[in-house]
Amino acid sequence: MAEPMRIRATMAGDVADVKVLMNHPMETGLRKDAKTGQMIPAHFITEVIATVNGTPVLAAEMSGGISKNPYLGFKVKGPKAGDKVAVSWADNKGDKNSVEATIG
Amino acid sequence: MNALRRNVLKGAAGAGAVAVAVAAGLLKPTQAMAAWNKAAFDAKNVGAALNGIGVADPADSKDITIKAPDIAENGAVVPVEVTSDIAGTTSIAILAEKNASPLVSNFNLSGGALGFISTRIKMGQTSLVRAVVKAGGKSYTAAKEVKVTIGGCGG
Repeated sequence: MAEPMRIRATMAGDVADVKVLMNHPMETGLRKDAKTGQMIPAHFITEVIATVNGTPVLAAEMSGGISKNPYLGFKVKGPKAGDKVAVSWADNKGDKNSVEATIG
Repeated sequence: MNALRRNVLKGAAGAGAVAVAVAAGLLKPTQAMAAWNKAAFDAKNVGAALNGIGVADPADSKDITIKAPDIAENGAVVPVEVTSDIAGTTSIAILAEKNASPLVSNFNLSGGALGFISTRIKMGQTSLVRAVVKAGGKSYTAAKEVKVTIGGCGG
């Protein structure tokens, strides 16, 4: 997809703190284009999956009710510095993106 | 199974990214999620939305903390952080009760993920922001009112 996702994953004690910023218009489908007067079609991320070392830790369903350029923060107990966290998303038009980071 | 699963697997413009991700073992086809819960997300009231995610009569809980501004200046971007101290939390759903579609998002947790979610939501008007937590086969809830000065659902 367009711009890369940004991710930061750091250990705080025995908990991995992960913050992700996704790039996406998150159109609800309820907005009107000011110039054309036409409704802007719904275009939003529908699912986000996160894994740590390949093990799923988060499976989220989203809607247009999430703000544009979705921010997501979550925490996982058990990983250690050097482990890999991967986050990927898919939207209602079939677009997708993913990013991987090493927990610092 | 359904169009969404096929779309996720095949992809269109994103085919390259998926291929790389699959090759790197990041996103296995089997990890594609089940169909998006349209019934829950299209529901126009809280009851129907909760029904859609398999929840009825969640118990009020003081072990759920919602951190959100008392007054949101911009309804398009309202930071919401939900912490569930209930043991065995398996999911956290966030609702904005007066939005046209109250269910904003549902987060399923596994593999050591804690009962914690931080995100930003849109709110059309002042309303309760509600968190619904599933843990140990039961459901719990808490809510916090967020006043909105400029609605953020567009239009």
